Amino acid sequence: MRLSSETLRLLVPALSLAALLAGVFWLQPRAMSYTGLNLLFNLAVPIALATIAQMIIMAVNDLDLSLGTFVSFVACVAATFLHDTPLLGLLILAASIAVYAGLGVVIHLRNLPSIVVTLGMSFVWAGLAVLILPAPGGTAPTWARAVMTAKPPLFPMAIWASLGVAVLAHLLLMRSSLGVLIRGVGGNQRSVERAGWSVVRARALAYALAACFAVAAGIALVGLTTSADANIALRYALLSIAGVILGGGEFTGGRISPIGAVIGALTLTLAGSFLSFLRISPDWQIGAQGAILIAVLALRLALNRLEKGRAR
Amino acid sequence: MTTRMMLLLSAALALGAPQAMADTSGKKIALSNNYAGNSWRQAMLTSWDKITAPAVAAGTVAAADAFTTAENQATEQAAQIQNMILQGYDAIVINAASPTALNGAIKEACDAGITVVSFDGIVTEPCAWRIAVNFKQMGKDQVTYLADKMPDGGNLLEIRGLAGVFVDDEISAGIHEGVAENPKFTIVGSVHGDWAQDVAQKAVAGILPSLPEVAAVVTQGGDGYGAAQAFAAAGRPMPKIIMGNREDELKWWKEQKDANGYETMSVSIAPGVSTLAFWVAQQILDGKDVPKDLTVPFLRIDQDTLEANLATTQAGGVANVEYSQEDAIKVIEGAK
Repeated sequence: MRLSSETLRLLVPALSLAALLAGVFWLQPRAMSYTGLNLLFNLAVPIALATIAQMIIMAVNDLDLSLGTFVSFVACVAATFLHDTPLLGLLILAASIAVYAGLGVVIHLRNLPSIVVTLGMSFVWAGLAVLILPAPGGTAPTWARAVMTAKPPLFPMAIWASLGVAVLAHLLLMRSSLGVLIRGVGGNQRSVERAGWSVVRARALAYALAACFAVAAGIALVGLTTSADANIALRYALLSIAGVILGGGEFTGGRISPIGAVIGALTLTLAGSFLSFLRISPDWQIGAQGAILIAVLALRLALNRLEKGRAR
Repeated sequence: MTTRMMLLLSAALALGAPQAMADTSGKKIALSNNYAGNSWRQAMLTSWDKITAPAVAAGTVAAADAFTTAENQATEQAAQIQNMILQGYDAIVINAASPTALNGAIKEACDAGITVVSFDGIVTEPCAWRIAVNFKQMGKDQVTYLADKMPDGGNLLEIRGLAGVFVDDEISAGIHEGVAENPKFTIVGSVHGDWAQDVAQKAVAGILPSLPEVAAVVTQGGDGYGAAQAFAAAGRPMPKIIMGNREDELKWWKEQKDANGYETMSVSIAPGVSTLAFWVAQQILDGKDVPKDLTVPFLRIDQDTLEANLATTQAGGVANVEYSQEDAIKVIEGAK
């Protein structure tokens, strides 16, 4: 039986997630329950959404370093304006999505390195977040809280939400014409241009779409934490990049895997819990987390070799 | 022979030691800490180990494990708390990365029937207990002390902390409140020392030439030694400088005391407050009625307690004190 390369690409993250999950269940049988799974994974939902956002940016060969501060900014807006004056809140969020689309245009037209532009923007978002919420506080919109703490049948909310995000992102990026266009820009921008497509438009759309997912991440995060803090999601910038790579995506070439990215985000979250259940001293935890990452990536590299060998 | 004697003695001691209620002997308490990167936090963790290890050995509680997040981030600490819920702890003692961003995870813990006690970095979630620092009182106490020691009053120089941080505003508000109640004092200057000796020294040296004679310096901790250096360098008469329990400050004070009978006081929060939180959690698990808001007692060092405190303070560290179960009961009673 020959597996398609796409399946093979997905196999490594899926297997590593399963292995980690088995380890967690073995260490902590309490986790093997409805509430247990929810506690393990509910903080992975905003990370998964942020990872999808990062993945879309990476699909057009760019990198978003401002994602962490942007999600924090959205969280602050969600806990203040979206709660007190929903209309104004929506307007601010819509405007921020427009800013993202604008960034895509600027980066494309001026041929700027996205890392520099988004690094600059990260200070802008962080500043706005502090302006909106100078001291930690605010209240999550009741509906966001209700969605994130809902108790649906069969699986806990965290699992349903992750599945939903994965399926939605898969349909949007792998099955729609917009998705093909976005990945095409990452794969071979010139041929997309020659085929008569507007690359500016594609990039702007990619950035706007990424912003939509990042906004969802911020709202989901506030729904979980009940209130916000201007520094709440700073880690998301690097976590999301790690999640994309872990899930089988690549920095260039428009090679992405939405389902893999969600699995990557879940794996990253689970790795932290696994190490904490192992009672590894915090001094070693960052290192151990890195070791898990390297192990998974090495496995993927080995499989990539195999894939190439067979193609020949 | 001697070993046997010692064994017998220790057995007798163990038997005779005041046994806490057996009710909490099966309970597990976890410490969720967000940061371990400075001497205060290190001392806090050491104190926790020092007090909880005998408590576990004596069977007062079943476990008292300390966890520190790898990075100082609220999302990471929220995940850590959720892991603790899964690990089946009965109480979580927490020094929080954010007063609000952990509320969701803390609510989950409360819903799972877990007692949550926050200290130092407290949380706003109503179901948790809070052991907070009354920074305003800390500022006011300084002026009250000075009013007592200096019946004639005089000019004050205020050294503030890091601008824009709530702790700085609170302590300063307390100082100004104290001055308003004691009109014999006037604040003639105010500089930001950022709680660091070198910054304080530079700031004080900068403002000194423009000031009349300064009778006393009110501070926020970590800035007293720097202020003293600035006054000495300028050749000005040494005012009464309130200290902040740092080792360098206490050492300087001791030198001055021995040389010319210099008198002052020193006040700050002991890192051992983590052990107070531990005992409060134990008391709650024991079924005691504990108010949700408690206040950390200050660690105040006076002229007569200086030597004892300096002897127990590590070089480059902060004066510390660990709390006992009795201390915790006293704090709880005081808040009722």
